[in-house]
This record gives sequence, C-alpha cells and structure tokens, in this order.
Amino acid sequence: MKSEAEVKTNYRVKKQKSIARIFSNHMLLTGLVIIVIMAIISVLAPFIAPYDPYAIDPLNRLKPPSVEHFFGTDDFGRDLFSRVIYGTRISFFIGAVVAILAGVIGLIVGLISAYYSILDHILMRIVDGIYAFPSILLALAIVAVRGPDVVNVLIALVIVYIPSIARVVRSAALVVKEQTFVEALNAQGASKWRVLVIHTIPNLLSPLIIQVTFVFAVAIITEAALSFLGAGIPAPSPSLGNILFDGKNVIYHSWWMTVFPGSFIILLVLGLNLAGDGLRDLLDPKIVNAKRKKSRLIKTGKKVGRHGQQ
Amino acid sequence: MPQPLLKVEHLKKTFPVESSGWFKKNEVKAVHDVSFDIYEGETFGIVGESGCGKSTTGRTLLRLTEPSGGKVIYQDQDIFSLKEKNFRPIREDLQMIFQDPLASLDPKKRIGYSLEEPFIIQKKGTKKERKEMVLKMLERVGFSEEHYHRFPHEFSGGQRQRIGIARALVLNPKFIVCDEPVSALDVSIQSQILNLLKELQQDFGLSYLFIGHDLSVVRYIANRIGVMYLGEMVEQAPTEELFENPLHPYTKSLLSAVPVPNPKVKRERIVLKGEVPSPLDMPKGCVFHTRCPLAMDICKEIKPPTYKVKENHRVQCHLYEHSEVSEADGA
Repeated sequence: MKSEAEVKTNYRVKKQKSIARIFSNHMLLTGLVIIVIMAIISVLAPFIAPYDPYAIDPLNRLKPPSVEHFFGTDDFGRDLFSRVIYGTRISFFIGAVVAILAGVIGLIVGLISAYYSILDHILMRIVDGIYAFPSILLALAIVAVRGPDVVNVLIALVIVYIPSIARVVRSAALVVKEQTFVEALNAQGASKWRVLVIHTIPNLLSPLIIQVTFVFAVAIITEAALSFLGAGIPAPSPSLGNILFDGKNVIYHSWWMTVFPGSFIILLVLGLNLAGDGLRDLLDPKIVNAKRKKSRLIKTGKKVGRHGQQ
Repeated sequence: MPQPLLKVEHLKKTFPVESSGWFKKNEVKAVHDVSFDIYEGETFGIVGESGCGKSTTGRTLLRLTEPSGGKVIYQDQDIFSLKEKNFRPIREDLQMIFQDPLASLDPKKRIGYSLEEPFIIQKKGTKKERKEMVLKMLERVGFSEEHYHRFPHEFSGGQRQRIGIARALVLNPKFIVCDEPVSALDVSIQSQILNLLKELQQDFGLSYLFIGHDLSVVRYIANRIGVMYLGEMVEQAPTEELFENPLHPYTKSLLSAVPVPNPKVKRERIVLKGEVPSPLDMPKGCVFHTRCPLAMDICKEIKPPTYKVKENHRVQCHLYEHSEVSEADGA
C-alpha cells in the first residue's frame, strides 16, 4: 500500500494533465484569447477610449482613420474608435447576460420537461410555439410592444433563445435518465437530488455549454440586427449594430463606418464559436486522448481504434 | 431446513402499454406470479429466453421498478410495503451488478468517487475511512491505487465489470442480483469474472440471484436454477437435478439445445414450433401449451398449479398432477 501523500501526488499529476489539455487545444485557446481581449476591452472601455463617445464635433464629420482618430469619425464627428469600444462593451454585456439567463432558465425548463411528463407536454408546446417564429421577428415584436431600451432587448433575446437551450437539455437529460448508472444509483438508495445535481447535470454540461456559447454569439448578432433595424439599443448609446446602421447611409464614401464595427462583430462571434467547439472537446474526456493517440499513431503508420489503450 | 434469506412470493410486474384507443388500457405482464426462496450463501440462477422476464424479476426485487403485486420477505418484513425512506437503509444489504459495465458507471466521475458514493449515500464513515475501504475493495478485485483516479472509459470491459462488482460490494451487502454480468464480455474474460464472483461469495458469505441465458454459465455458478417462460417460473430445482432430470417440456427442449462436446453422442433435439406468444396476449391455461409437444386438452383451459415432485424440485405442468401441490402455490 502506498501512503496517502503518494496518492495525492498522483492526483496532482492528473490535474496538471487537464491544464495541459487546455493548452494543446488550439481552437479553444484562440477562442479564449479573443474572448478575453474583448472582455478586457469591454471592462476597461472608459480607460481605453481616447474620446467621449457622445461628444459631437461638427467640424470633423466623417473623417477617415488618422492618428487622432484611429477608426475615423462618424457623421456627427464622434470618434469612431471610442464608439466601437463602447459598442463592444454593450454588445458583449448583452450577449453574456442573455447567454447566462437563457442558459439557466433553459436548463431548468429542459430538466423539468425531461422528468415530468405532464409538464413536458405543456412546456414543449410553448417552446415549439416560440421556435416557430423567426427569432429576429419575435424579438422585434417584443421590443416593439415594450419599447426599445436595453432591458427590453435583454428580455426579448432571453425569451427567444430559451427554447433552443431547453430542447438540448431535455433531449440530453432523457438519454442520461435511462442510463444504467442511474439505476445503479437508485439501487444504492441515492436521492433524486443526488442523481440530478451530482450525476445528471455534469453529463449534460458539454451540450449545454456548446449551446450557451452558440446563444452568446447569436445574441450578439441578433442585438446588432435589432439595433440595425432601429429596434435595439436606442441612439445615441453606441452598440455595434446601430453604428453599422449609421454607417449604412454613408457606406460609399466612408467605408470605415461599417468595416470597423463589422469586424468587431465577426471577431467576437468567431472567438465564441471557436471557444464553444474547443470546450466541447475538452469536456469530453475521451476526445483529446483519442486525437493525440491518433496523430501519434498516424506518424508511426498504425491504425487506431476508439480506445487505443485496449 | 435453514430459513431463507429472501422469500419471494407471487411477484408480479405489469407495464402499461399505450394502445391505439384512447380509453383502452393494455398491459404487458412481464412477470406473472413468480415465487422462490434464496438461502444464505447460495446462488439461485434464473434462465430463460429473452423477454421472459428474468431481468424484470431481478430489478423488481430491488424495487428499481415498482412491483405490481406480491411480497418479498427480508429480515421478517415485506420490503415491498416499506416506504422508500424506510427502505433506503436496507438497500445497503441488497445490491446489483449490471449487464453493461460501461453504462453502469457515470462517465464523468472518477472510479474512486463512483466507489465511494455508496458510503456517501448511506452516510457512513469519515472521508479517510471511506477512501481506505474503497482502496481495499479495489485491491480485492485486482486493482491498485493508480486506478483510483481514472475514468471508466480508460478501462477494458472485464476491468469495468470488476469495478461494477467492487461497487456492489463496498457496503458489504448480503444479497446481490447479478443481471447477466458476463454476457457482454469476451468468453476468456467470462470465466475470470465468474471465478471472482465465486471467490467473493466465499469470502463475504454472499447470496446471488444470477440471471443469465447461457446455460453453461448458469450451471457453473448456480446451486439451484429456476426456468422462466413468458413471465412465469415453470420449473425450479437444484442444478444437477435439473440437468439430469428435467421435468417440464420447456426445460427439456432448452437443455436439448446445449451442445455436447462429444460428436458421437446421439441425442434427441427437441425443437419447439412457433414463436413465443406476445405477453400482451397471454394464452389461456398453461402459458406453454401453444408450443408444447406434449400438450393435452386440460392445458388449454386450466393453468397448472406448481407441483412439488421432489423436495426442492417444483414444476408447473399438468403432466405431474399426481404429485403434491406446492405449499408456496397454495398459500
């Protein structure tokens, strides 16, 4: 028998391995770097932005990018760089809040419908109903009824994106529910809460996280689209969407008005999607090992099964 | 005669089936009036073809599905009548080993945690004590401490089944339902697992309910065997008695299908005609009369009682109507 200490070091080796796994996952790493940079920009916006994003300067309207104004100025002479930074802040905030709220509510709704068949019928019909509308149209309708402001945009986006998460959670929970290990837990006398919290939710986590990062990205796009249509963040507050909207009118002679906010949206969404895919690989303990083994064995010219160690 | 550890009386389990009509409720009789005893330290085998209710019997015994009727007497109380809350401490004594060893372990949890969890559920021991017990049990089934932190997918099938066995045993149970524990494994691993089960039975004084469809496996491990057909136990006898002197026509045909290693031995193959009737639409009278080569008129009308042909040898068939009716059936 080894001593307690040796068992502990053994455990630490395992833990380090999971950190190493994050670093070997390039997709996740790239995505995380982009997200972290965007998050830092959002948080530190007041310190990064060189100008007040609301300060109008009629003499310097629609100036191209220069040393004073990195991204140029808009049709009111406001500094575009500062506006894009603040716009990123609002877009990132909306995306994050929508992803978290829709994720939590969707998880609860999905679990309830997986475990209570009567509520399942009711909840899933509501979900189908929401799903039947194109998401932008529905969000537009909700904002139109409640009036455009940040909170209403948030509410609209959360309502629109709960169904996709609830469905993913429900179908995954239905699979886990029928697994033999749940039966084994019942044979040991485990409480429903133990089965749910300690065993079911961790097994739902990878599809849930992928769906949440997807919602994060899509919420940013939808918010931009809403703002573009004039139903999102009301002017003069900058959001990536309403900067694009302003840029649309001058797109032929002031390209910077659309290119910069547009690239920020692309970058943000790309980062989120990369991180989502990377997380999926990381959370499945089988995938990375298989990949690494595969590349190693391909080098040595051998074929590999799903479990290389057997 | 020693007192049985577990007394199963008239166990019934039906499943509701959605039917085409809105108000018509159909049900499948998965297990229909099954009675048997399990004694301390013995292995009771249940054999039968797929869908005959073997696994359902095992699962219902442990209340993994709620029984539809009958009693299971353990330690002088009917465990079916207990509330789940009061039954929980007793679950410690009654454990189960599953057919698919990979699916029976949570893929996201390390082996150490999966084995420690029974203690946590039953609120036993300190963290250190629990770990010690888990490591001891791991060692007992042939693992070392380095396996403590591994995930289930890092093991092979036979190893996983050993982990499944270890998990069933950590709480020191008295009775284990083995639901086809070797049928998902390679033949070479099967004997290893069977021998381990036998050793552990000796060491811990366990009783097994061993469910299987492979007659040679069940013969190897079981002291007594019950033969099930369409949710009913048609015959039960000690293993050697059953193989040498099968009484029920179904048992006879089942045994005639076991291959004999010597090609020169001539033997009579009893091939049954037709299909197993649907459990949705059970035949009247004896469940086996639709396929029985020896069916008589009475079989189509009256369900045979369980006859006690010898001590320990019971059969549910009209052919043996001169024998005494078993008391289990009369009760």
